[in-house]
Formats: sequence, C-alpha cells, structure tokens
Amino acid sequence: MSRTFLGLPRTLRRPDDADARHGTPDEPFGPVPHPQEPLRWGDDFPAAAKQTLKNDQLRRNLGHATQVIRTKRAAVVGEVPDWEALRDTGSAVKQQVMAQLPDLLQQLEENVVARGGVVHWARDAAEANRIVADIAKVKGADEVVKVKSMATQEIGLNEALADEGIAAIETDLAELIVQLADDMPSHILVPAIHRNRSEIRDIFLARMGDAPPDLSDVPRELAMAARAHLRRKFLSAKVAVSGANFAVADTGTLAVVESEGNGRMCLTLPETLVTVMGIEKLVPTFDDLEVFLQLLPRSSTGERMNPYTSLWTGVTPGDGPQEFHLVLLDNGRTDVLADEVGRAALHCIRCSACLNVCPVYERVGGHAYGSVYPGPIGAILTPQLTASTGGVSGHHDPNASLPYASTLCGACYEVCPVKIDIPSILVDLRAREVDADRSSRGVDPWKTAMKAASWVMADGDRFALAGRAATLGSGLGGRDHAISVAPPPASGWTRSRDLPAPPRQTFRQWWAAEHTAPVEQAGTVETEGDDR
Amino acid sequence: MRIALAATCLADTLFPGAPRATVRLLERLGHEVVFPTDQACCGQMHVNTGYYREAVPVIRNHVETFAPVADGEWDAVVMPSGSCTGSVRHQQAMVCRRAGLDDLAATAEAVSAKTYELSELLVDVLGLTDVGAWFPHRVTYHPTCHSLRMLHVGDKPLRLLRAVESIDLVELPAADSCCGFGGTFALKNADTSAAMLEDKTANVRGTGAPVLTAGDMSCLMHIGGGLSRQGTGVRTLHLAEVLASTREEPTPLPETTFSRPERPARTEATR
Ligand code: SF4
Repeated sequence: MSRTFLGLPRTLRRPDDADARHGTPDEPFGPVPHPQEPLRWGDDFPAAAKQTLKNDQLRRNLGHATQVIRTKRAAVVGEVPDWEALRDTGSAVKQQVMAQLPDLLQQLEENVVARGGVVHWARDAAEANRIVADIAKVKGADEVVKVKSMATQEIGLNEALADEGIAAIETDLAELIVQLADDMPSHILVPAIHRNRSEIRDIFLARMGDAPPDLSDVPRELAMAARAHLRRKFLSAKVAVSGANFAVADTGTLAVVESEGNGRMCLTLPETLVTVMGIEKLVPTFDDLEVFLQLLPRSSTGERMNPYTSLWTGVTPGDGPQEFHLVLLDNGRTDVLADEVGRAALHCIRCSACLNVCPVYERVGGHAYGSVYPGPIGAILTPQLTASTGGVSGHHDPNASLPYASTLCGACYEVCPVKIDIPSILVDLRAREVDADRSSRGVDPWKTAMKAASWVMADGDRFALAGRAATLGSGLGGRDHAISVAPPPASGWTRSRDLPAPPRQTFRQWWAAEHTAPVEQAGTVETEGDDR
Repeated sequence: MRIALAATCLADTLFPGAPRATVRLLERLGHEVVFPTDQACCGQMHVNTGYYREAVPVIRNHVETFAPVADGEWDAVVMPSGSCTGSVRHQQAMVCRRAGLDDLAATAEAVSAKTYELSELLVDVLGLTDVGAWFPHRVTYHPTCHSLRMLHVGDKPLRLLRAVESIDLVELPAADSCCGFGGTFALKNADTSAAMLEDKTANVRGTGAPVLTAGDMSCLMHIGGGLSRQGTGVRTLHLAEVLASTREEPTPLPETTFSRPERPARTEATR
C-alpha cells in the first residue's frame, strides 16, 4: 500500500554498479529464499543481524526510507489535537475485544452468514491453506489475485497454493516486487523497503515478462509498468484472496485499507472472494472503526487518510463477488491470548510505525528477524505465536533470541497507535525464557553471573566489598584509564568500545572519608585508612 | 531539604564523579544529603535481563534501604540516572507483585513516589533551572532513552544546561536516537549495538564539542567507550558534574574520555 514509492531512495547506486543493471532472469535477486516456516527461518537474531549489517546498501536504503516515513508520520500525528485520547481509545477497544473474543467471534460469524457469506475456522496454517486451496479448486481457478495481507504471508499461502498448481499473484506493488524477486518481505507495510529504485527496475526487467525494454527507474514509469502487468490479471482472475484490517462483529463487515487501488480491484472484480483474517482483528461495533481509521493511516503511511477504504458485508446480489468466504485463523493466537502480559501483542493493527522508529530495525533490516513479522512487533509476536513449538523457550530456537533484539529504548511504545507497551512485553518474554530454562541442567554463564550478582547486589556490605575489590584494578587502564581488551562476554564490548578502568576510590569510600552523616554506619569509616 | 542519595551501583563502583558531583551540587544549593550505606543496586539489570527471581532480593534491599523516605525521615531520594529511576518507578513493584510480595510492592511504590531523577529533583521539586553553575566549555547533550521515554523529563536537563554561565551548548544531531547500549544488549547483540554506537559517536564528533554530557552514566559509559576507542578525546561528564561546576570550584576537564582526577579534597591531602 502507500504512496507506492514511499521513501525509496533516489540515488543510491554506486557509480561502479552501472553494469550490474541488466539483470538476467536467473539472477538471484532475493537474498532470502522462501522458508518452510514463515514465522521461523534462518539464524538466531545476533547471527542474522551480523550478516545483514554487512550490507551497506541495505543500511542506506533503510536509513533513508525509515527517516522519510518517520518525518511524515510525526507531522500528521502532530496536527491531531486529541491524538493521545485516540490512542487511549484504540487501546481500550482492543482490550475489550480480547476480553470478549469468543463471543465477538461468534457474533461476527452469525452476521457474516446472515449476509450470505461462508465462515471457516482454521486452527493453524495448514488448515487455512487447505481451505483456500479447496475453494480455488472448486472454482476451477489456476490463478488467484491477492490483496496485500500479513495473515497470508504468515501461513505461506502462496507456496501452499503453488504446490497445488494454483498461482497466487500479488497485486500490491511492493509485494509484487518481492514476489518477482523471489524474495521475502522485510517490512509489514513496505515489504520491498530494502530495495531501491534501480534494483526494482532490474527486477521488473528480468522477471515481469512484459516490462517495456526501455524501462527507467523513475517511480512513475515503474508504477505504470506494474499497472499494465496487473490489469490483465485483475480482469481474468476468478478468485481473489485478501486479508482484513478490521472485522466488525455487530454487522459482519470486513474492511481493507490501502493506497493503490489494487485492493479495490481484487475485492470487486472476481466472482469469488476469500478473506483470511487473524481472529484478533475484530472491533465490536461499526462506530469503533472511526477510531482506527484515524489511527491507522497517520501511523502507517503518514497520510491523513488512506486513498482507498473498502468495506463489504457478506454478498450483495449483482454487485461485487457473488461468493464470499471468511477464514478465521488462530495459528497460535489463543496461546498469546492466554498470557496476561503478552496478549497485548494481539492489539496490533499492523501499522508498522514501530518498525520505522526502531533503531535496531533501521540498522539490521527486516530479514534479520527471521519472520514475516519483523521489528519490535515481530520481536514480541513471533516468539509468542510459535511458543507451542519453543518460540519463547526453546534452547536452540532462533525465535527465542528475538525478545533480546532490543535496547528497550521505548521508541516503539511511544508511537504505537494502540499503545502496546512493547518494551515491557519484551522484558516479560525474557523472564519467561529465563524461567523455562531454570529446570535445564546445562551450565549457562549468564545464569551463573546473574545469580552471583544478585547475591552481591542485595546487600550494602557485600556490594561495598566488591567495589573495593574492583578498585584493585584501577591501574588496568593505564594513563587513559581505558581497557581495550577483555575476555568474553565482555569481548563483544571491547571489539568496538573501551571500558573504563575502575577508579582508585569508589563513591562510598569517598563518602566515608568526607562525611559523617548520621545515617552512616560504623563499618564504612575503615575505608579511609584503607586508601593510604 | 534532606535528600537521600541513591548513587546507583554503576556510578558508585565505576564513575564516582557523578554521585560526588550530585552531593557537591545539592550541598551548595543548601540541602542536606545523606547516603544510606545499606544501598547497592535498584535491580534494573536483573529485571531487564529477565531474571525476576534474582531481582527480588536486590529490589528488597533497595526498597528497605530507602523506606524511611516514605515515613518522612528524608524529603526525597535522588538518583543521578534516568534508567535507574525508571526501573524504580516502573519495574520494582511489578516484579514484587509477580513474586507474590504485595507488601514489598506497596512499599516500593511509596518509595518510588518520592524518588526523582536529578533533573526532576532540581526543576520539579526544588523549582530551579539556574543552579548557579559556571562551565566555560563547549558541551553537547545526549538525552538518554529512559529519561526521555520512561520518565518524560522533556527539556528539563537542557533548561538546566542553558542556564549555566559561560557554557557553549551545541545541539546533538539525532539526539533522541538510542546509542545502542541497552544493558546486556551491548553484549548479546554486540554487532548491532556497535552499528548504533557508530552513528551516535559520529554525531557527537560532528558537534566539535570536547564534552558530551547526559543524565545517565550507563549510556555515557557506552558512548564514551566508543569515543575513547576512536581516540576522539571527547570527554564524558555526567550532567551533575557540569551543574556542580562553579567559578570557585570548577569541574576540571579530564585529560581523556575516561580519566578522572582521582582524589579531591581531604583524601587528596592525606596521601
Ligand atoms: S505494534 Fe503498534 S506500532 Fe507496531 S505495527 Fe502494531 S500497531 Fe503499529
């Protein structure tokens, strides 16, 4: 969605790359091939980030793109006088939804069915994919057009359909770029944010099949090429597949918001529409949309209002798709709901504001998170969605490293339109991992260090002793008081940073020497003599 | 006022200049500072790393040490650290409750209600922006993430700095972006942390200021670690060290990023 080339950098090609422009169809554009599990691929976060950090081009692309979106967002949010009240309302509505989820889901089902739709319930990805494939087959479709959707990314629908001989065509421009490149998305809203214009031009020329040979990397030209390519697909497809931004329980209405209009084409032209939706996407009443349709576009694309908002309720005879299926997807969500702290991750409306402000995401990019949900929301959602298979607690599960992929700087919480306290959930997930690990017998240096530190730091006298011991190292740093080589795990630090040498006198030694305050305890005075 | 100082474990052990300056400043402003020696650490490191159970005794020690402030024995507790104040305010009671220690949680909340980060104490409680400081150097200021987004100190530290006589305060570009420290993040995700630090130190260097100041020694240790390694010669001073400086008793510029004049006042003389 979005203004198509939102934030894509203008001239990032290095001069010596000029020859690399003419991609061949075999050129491996995608750094990430399609994984077996869309919620768990690749190395753990530190190792994956180490790789992506080496890609200077990626860092420049991302740095530029996130900066552009951040600035736009800040400007349009700043002009809403009751923004904070809106956020509070959005958060409250989502809390209410989670508290009444089973009832609201049933209400939604009743209303969709009453308006001529068919509702399917899918426990997991495999069930959801099966349902969609069966519908397409019954309709005799070997091609479906798709509206950009995170839920279908999450279940790997395109690959599952391909296995059944059905081609899924992504119609969102950025999603199309990712699909043509045989790549994985790296951003919730701008899945090709890791690509710049000239890379996109290369991909189109090599993979689209009907791109004009003299295609330039001017955004308008690229968009026109995609438009011509997709128009034929819209007109021929019998089945469309979409996700949903919102579902209204008390009317059975579904909503998709977008910027390009491709979604509107998919939602109106084909005879059959299948919508795959996570069970958390509900709002109780139609009026609640008012809140979210203000929060979402300003937070995501930095627009006051998104260009296209499509709402539909069941089937309308003679207008739009004459067959409508709603697939309600669990895929780990009830596990998330069961956790008192972590469940707030289900409030997410996928605006991606948290990605755009995240200093970690900005450096490492989406692929380092090894999930279709990258960035801060990915770091709290992915482990929880995969918790039943070790996502939070598995010793060698790469997803268990995600809650540590944050400095807890709080930028995400500050921008989240539904006020998800991401830092607190990250910390809570760390605690869940630590607790799950308590029964394991293996020796973990972190565990040992934390236990020892707890003993020392729970007592003023023990801590004073430790401090005095540290001062023995005051000569370590030499003249500039800086230590530049240290054993693991501090070696990770000293690879690019010095450590201060301990001082010759701790603060409390100085205090004991300088003050005789009434609360002072007798034992501390000795330190003065100690120093001489 | 009678103000109890929570020096923070990091500054007590590695950066005594920050709490020393806090004492000097508050005493100069006419307040009595007490240092309850039972204190050690607020528990932030354990909590943020997920070791809630190990955090409990640490938090208990902090809360019990500073409990007298809730009974009015002291008027306030001051912490020269945004992240530690944030932990006291937003984490201690939660961890106690999780451990089923409701009474301790209640005491923690009572203590935290009277615990202030240094700029909060000066501006909100003491009603000051001009603390009578003199610091004739070019300085740039990094607003640490937790001061900014957990405590919402806003521009209080900057207001205090602007009022310092003879200071040349220059704006740090992209000041509000994280330096990449994040406690154990700097070790567990050392490469990502280093990439963030690189941008931060480049911005600091770009200001041409010989002094970087902030309200939190942990972030300053991190940024300083980079500045020291890069041989920039930029010194890191805690906000308190800048504000404590006067014409009569100026805070000297350290020779290098991490070096400090070791023995002030009496101890110096006794050597
Ligand atoms: S967590 Fe919040 S900020 Fe991030 S994508 Fe979801 S709604 Fe947006």
